[in-house]
Amino acid sequence: MTEMLSIKLIVNGIVVNKLVDPRQHLTDFLRSDLGLTGSHIGCEHGVCGACSVRVNGRVVRGCLMLASQSDGAEIETIEGLVESGDLNELMTEFVARNALQCGFCTPGILLTAAEIVAEDRCFSRQEIRNELSGNICRCTGYQAIIDAIEMVLIENMKKK
Amino acid sequence: MTEPEKIIGVSFPRPDALRLAAGRGTFTDDIVLPRMVHMALVRSPYAHALIKSIDTTDANKAEGVVRVVTGHDLVEICSPFIAEIEFLPNMISPRQYALALEEVAWQGEGVCAVLAESRALAEDAAELVKVEWEELPAVVDPVAALTVGTPIVHRDLKTNLAMTMPIEEGNTKLAFAEAEVVVEHAFEFGRQAGVALESRSVVADFEPTGRQLIVYQSHQTPYQMQDVYARHLGLPEHHVRVIAKDVGGAFGIKLHAYPDEMTAVAASVLLGRPVKYIVDRQESFSSDIHSREMTASGRLAVSGQGIILGVEVDILSAIGAYSIYPRTSVGDGIQAVQFTGAPYRLPAFKGRVRIVYQNKTPCGAYRAVGQPIGCSIIEQLIDIAAAKLNIDPAEIRRRNNLNSDDMPLKAAGGLEFVNVSLNECLTELLAKMNYESLRRDQKEAQQRGVYRGIGLATFVEQTAVGAGLYGPAGVRVSAQEGCALRLDPTGLVRCSTSATDQGQGTLTGIQQVIAETLGVGFDDITVKAGDGGSTPYGGGSWASRGLAIGGEAARLAAIDLRGKILSAAAAIIQGSSENLTLVSGKIFDGAKFKMDLSELSEIVHFRQNTLPPDVDFEMNVIRHFVPREFPYFIANGIQASYLEVDIGTGGIKLLEHWVAEDCGTIVNPMLVDEQLRGGIVQGLGAALYEHCIYNEAGQLLTASLADYAVPLASEMPDIHVIHIENKASGTGLGAKGAGEAGTLGAPATIWCGVNDALRPLGAQVWKQPFTPAHVLQALHSRGSLHKVGEMFKN
Repeated sequence: MTEMLSIKLIVNGIVVNKLVDPRQHLTDFLRSDLGLTGSHIGCEHGVCGACSVRVNGRVVRGCLMLASQSDGAEIETIEGLVESGDLNELMTEFVARNALQCGFCTPGILLTAAEIVAEDRCFSRQEIRNELSGNICRCTGYQAIIDAIEMVLIENMKKK
Repeated sequence: MTEPEKIIGVSFPRPDALRLAAGRGTFTDDIVLPRMVHMALVRSPYAHALIKSIDTTDANKAEGVVRVVTGHDLVEICSPFIAEIEFLPNMISPRQYALALEEVAWQGEGVCAVLAESRALAEDAAELVKVEWEELPAVVDPVAALTVGTPIVHRDLKTNLAMTMPIEEGNTKLAFAEAEVVVEHAFEFGRQAGVALESRSVVADFEPTGRQLIVYQSHQTPYQMQDVYARHLGLPEHHVRVIAKDVGGAFGIKLHAYPDEMTAVAASVLLGRPVKYIVDRQESFSSDIHSREMTASGRLAVSGQGIILGVEVDILSAIGAYSIYPRTSVGDGIQAVQFTGAPYRLPAFKGRVRIVYQNKTPCGAYRAVGQPIGCSIIEQLIDIAAAKLNIDPAEIRRRNNLNSDDMPLKAAGGLEFVNVSLNECLTELLAKMNYESLRRDQKEAQQRGVYRGIGLATFVEQTAVGAGLYGPAGVRVSAQEGCALRLDPTGLVRCSTSATDQGQGTLTGIQQVIAETLGVGFDDITVKAGDGGSTPYGGGSWASRGLAIGGEAARLAAIDLRGKILSAAAAIIQGSSENLTLVSGKIFDGAKFKMDLSELSEIVHFRQNTLPPDVDFEMNVIRHFVPREFPYFIANGIQASYLEVDIGTGGIKLLEHWVAEDCGTIVNPMLVDEQLRGGIVQGLGAALYEHCIYNEAGQLLTASLADYAVPLASEMPDIHVIHIENKASGTGLGAKGAGEAGTLGAPATIWCGVNDALRPLGAQVWKQPFTPAHVLQALHSRGSLHKVGEMFKN
């Protein structure tokens, strides 16, 4: 029998106290122990980006981090970010131009997109493409995703 | 306002997109059931081996283990399967078991299943299963698979040749003898994986007291799987219900009956408990169907004016260890031959495909099935001929394109055409891409030592296959689609369809068809799909059929429901239904408003007492549609790529991409654009990156997303989409389907574009994907172009 580790962390603003298997990765923990199924498991070796979550404000791959390493961390998942309204502009543009098809990669892509938008500067299309190259989308061909992010960047510039 | 609202042809966003974006989708791994156990598989580490013994003692004792199951346990309750086609009596196909019994035929074939309290514990115990193997020689190379003395993949078949199909029309011997110019080229196409981002997943829930089976599965066609599970597990079909909730990409990968998924379902029957099995990414690479592993030789005979006189093509298609159940694995090779030259007038055609088994992952239908191969072969040949005759590549295509004068046509490869718009597509494409100016740019760049190429690829796409394929094949797959409509008491409409949606937007399109045909608002309809037990029977989604066939069924249902509504309205207003119309949920007599649909709905549901006895108050309809008079639709178009080859590194940079496509009636332009773009990027991946590489022992070397490269945002160009809209004949809706056109034509644009760039250097690529190493190989072997050997021998 494996000895379980006790972790205490904040997930989407709520304090969580749990025992975890030392080998369990963060996304498995979020999905199976907390029911946060919006983060998806696409490859479990850090390539596809479908499992992206925010840990202490930065987007990381939940499959490359152990749940036990998140002790003391503040974690935001797609569920929390949707409820907070942080992704509203991006989600509106994604839906308006069909920047998602099956939707499996989309929560991860939205987190990366939100990081781009948060940089609060001009991006060329190629720069947006480069920033997004850590997230695999197999359905869209990426163009609509680039369009949607570009549109949010332009709208944000206009507001200034 | 009595003008019908225009809904078909409008870019409605998908009503379910926000839910998916918000992470509120229900993918199969999100489903958790009480007492559910998790399955892990012991898979063969060898490409070919005998199973001498399996010792499960330690695994059975491990923490959390509920049961360890071998092939011999399963064969008691799950019958083996053989994928054959009745109209191909010469095809031979091996028997396959859910878990292998005595012999494994590919690295990754399942031999033992462990069922435990968690996936991690199941994997731990799987490592304790002791299998004694006797490794056998593996058949890896398709050519070697046919040589005398080769090892045999399935010894009882006595050969590795699954089938040979020759096609001959006209006199190619004469055509080649009389031709001004004869060109040839040899081709190699790398084996590909489909890579749906959500891997194959199944949660099977067998209830033993009533012998009821519910299977949640990430699949394109729940109806097919109900039939498969019922027959192979010996259950009455109406006790089996397969439900596909949200499906995270499919592309043909989730169209088949896989032995590992069969194992999970059979294990649930054995245990009387829910079983979850999620294929992990490494398993996905070694057990999802692969496709497109082919070598080909092609020859083209043309007149001095570049008119095609004859085509010869000989293809060797390698399909791995088994013909995938139930649809078989021969379609890839057969369609590759049939589509070689399909867009053009071919006075003489000689083709052959040989299909061989080998000790690799089984192949099957992946998006555009074989058609990209045929397209790449002919487009490459026609470019070589154009260069020899000094005719512009666009012009030689115009001279040979099928046009309306050729219609209707039964073509040399066997395809049947009703209408095409190839020259219209070509004209529009050249204008949009500014072809002449790109040619100038290309020339100017070359003077600077920068090698750019323009690749054109004309294509025809077989879509929405009807009753004429799987019926005669004896494959139990439905070619019909169904649609049920129900009018609720508030005047809102529920649709239930057999078409399934893996993100294409098919259900949105169906909603639009119903809204416009019926005369209600888009938002007044909800559409349900994916539940094989409660939706109308049908095929599901494959071969670009969702709108073409599912949309037509929806149109017929909407017409019928509208008729019922208007005749009930006539009774209520005590008039004739002749001049009644339903527009945006309101009923008019001529121009005069009579009543809201909601008012009528309330009466037919709650106040039937106010209706005369002969009034039809049953506001439910169900309609099905299947093409019977014609075998399929043919969509068509042309794509173009502008790219740059770095002759120092062999790297290829995509600059821009265009497509002009005719998929018939366009129900939702935005969704069609995105189908084309997504499909094109998959095709570009095929041409440039994607390759399942095996070593000589049959070990898969590319079993992770780090080793098997799929296109990333950073490498892809912007894609411009142009539509030509010629309605399909044979349906009222006129949609032909658009799901595969992008994937079909894109690889050929890269074949042609790269070789257009390299032509001034006297070099040609011949091996897909065009890795930098292969481009450099082509540059080093310039002058000695990859020639074909003797064709049609053996």
